[in-house]
Amino acid sequence: MTTTAPPGTGPWTGPDTSRTDGPRHTGRQRSLSAPGSGLVFVLPFLLLFVLFLVWPIVQGLWMSFTDSSLALRDTAFVGFDNYAEAFGDPDVWSSLGNTVFFTVISSVPLVLVALAMALLVHSGIAGQWAWRLAFFAPYLLPVTVVTLIWSWLYQPDLGFANQLLDTLGMAPVGWLADESVAMWSIAALTVWWTVGFNFLLYLAALQSLPTTFDEAAALDGAGAWRRLWSITLPQLRRTTALVAMLQILASLKVFDQIYILTKGGPNGSTRPVLEYVYDVGFTGYRLGYASAVSYLFFALIVIVSLVQFRLFRPED
Amino acid sequence: MSATATPPRPRHRPPRESAGSPLLLGHGRLPRALAGTALVILAAVWLLPFLWAIATSVQSEQAVSAPGLSPFKGAFTLDAYQQILERGDVPLWAFNSLLVAGLVTVITVAVSTLAAYGFSRGTFRGRRSLLAVTVAAIMIPPQLLIVPLFQQMLLFDLVDTYAAVILPQVVAPMMVFILKRFFDGIPRELEEAARIDGASEFRVFWSVVLPLSRPIVAAVAIFVFIGAWNNFLWPFIVTNDSDLMTLPVGLATVRDSHGVQYVSGMASALLAALPLIVVFLFFQRRIVNSVATTGLGGS
Repeated sequence: MTTTAPPGTGPWTGPDTSRTDGPRHTGRQRSLSAPGSGLVFVLPFLLLFVLFLVWPIVQGLWMSFTDSSLALRDTAFVGFDNYAEAFGDPDVWSSLGNTVFFTVISSVPLVLVALAMALLVHSGIAGQWAWRLAFFAPYLLPVTVVTLIWSWLYQPDLGFANQLLDTLGMAPVGWLADESVAMWSIAALTVWWTVGFNFLLYLAALQSLPTTFDEAAALDGAGAWRRLWSITLPQLRRTTALVAMLQILASLKVFDQIYILTKGGPNGSTRPVLEYVYDVGFTGYRLGYASAVSYLFFALIVIVSLVQFRLFRPED
Repeated sequence: MSATATPPRPRHRPPRESAGSPLLLGHGRLPRALAGTALVILAAVWLLPFLWAIATSVQSEQAVSAPGLSPFKGAFTLDAYQQILERGDVPLWAFNSLLVAGLVTVITVAVSTLAAYGFSRGTFRGRRSLLAVTVAAIMIPPQLLIVPLFQQMLLFDLVDTYAAVILPQVVAPMMVFILKRFFDGIPRELEEAARIDGASEFRVFWSVVLPLSRPIVAAVAIFVFIGAWNNFLWPFIVTNDSDLMTLPVGLATVRDSHGVQYVSGMASALLAALPLIVVFLFFQRRIVNSVATTGLGGS
């Protein structure tokens, strides 16, 4: 059930010994064996959970069956009209297509580049501290800092990217202005920004791998490549499943950097689902319809999570 | 937040212990040289946007608008930084960010550790179903809740307040789950002794369980802080008053209002980037360990 459960590979996560409620025969726990005990510890969380999570979820679900609007005072129940409309809305499908496209072109490098970085750093080349900083630092930046820096790199006339092409004698590219290029530019920025986190996950996994197999193979004369393919990578399978799972879910939720850089343009070519929700709800004031699209998207995310969990179920 | 200050700080220890097995590459010259080259190239690519931004930020707008690949096209000047600091909004936004991220961290850590302890040790009715609901909530992308949350804030008349920015961010089911799993692994015998001595349940939590959980609590705190510091969408939606904006939100408005000033844009970006980079330099090992421990990011 815990689709996004943490790896449990770290040194601190002990075995899940969550006990059953039943047997109390040991006579321990004076205060905690009383009925209702322990509840008071959970109450503050529960209160906030209900207020700021359950309420909006229920409220959003209710809204999705109404024509609720930021512009109108009274709202009417419209049944499944919003959902029906969403299925026939070409903008829903195109934004969904954009989201999936972004997820594919960003997740693949975000996993592979992170793996490459971790393997290279783990090989023990001097300056560990500096490598880690170089690869992880962008992850610490707020999205607006990232987009400020990259909109300057992508600037059509004076930006680094086109200046470089010019120096190499090539024609300039409309990094964020060309429909066929913009999503790739955003994916590149996203890889730069967030790969550091996956890199650290891989690095941590590598550092906790037993080295015995590797040593044995080395004694038997296996070369570095062979040991990488036949020993290290298979040992990393669980980590890769975890990284891929977290990454796909994160990529599906893309919004911030796209909204700031292109507002979904040019011509809707980079608009992801969440931005469509935002546009419809806050710019178009149609909260009811926006909620319906949100819930369809949420259903999709749940399905993806469940499928992934099936596929990648760690064998332990 | 004081949790981050107490642990022994291994400062500037050369990372020998984490250097990995040299066996991975063997002692051959060639693979080592290849790996080193690849690493240098990758790191250079990753640092390039920073370097380009830094170079831009110390020139004049006029100089930067000349064509050419050279990063330095004009005289060195810190005018842009000086102007930003004099204008005062970036420092104000940084203060807001610090306040918001700090409070979100303190509240989240307090509420989540208590709840995790209750889930781990409690025997109240409905414990298992409440825990199941909490775990299921991990899957919900917070972005999906913005529309109803915004309506809720309108209802409570909280739009454009710190409370509106902070409160919805403190519900962290993932953190509760991580902490609960850790608490489950702590042997109960330690608590029994305290209970026999007549300690209250809160005292057991505070004096026995929490001190044993410092690394995981620090890990959770660090990620909640990074997440809150960088959070964009929610603060962006509930704040219109420039005086209440956090750094990420404020910077977005700078770009909207005068989009073409690249020098001051880069200077603002770098000033905004600085605090967390400095934090990372100080707590590098702890942060790296946190990722390994919890296996999750801020958002």
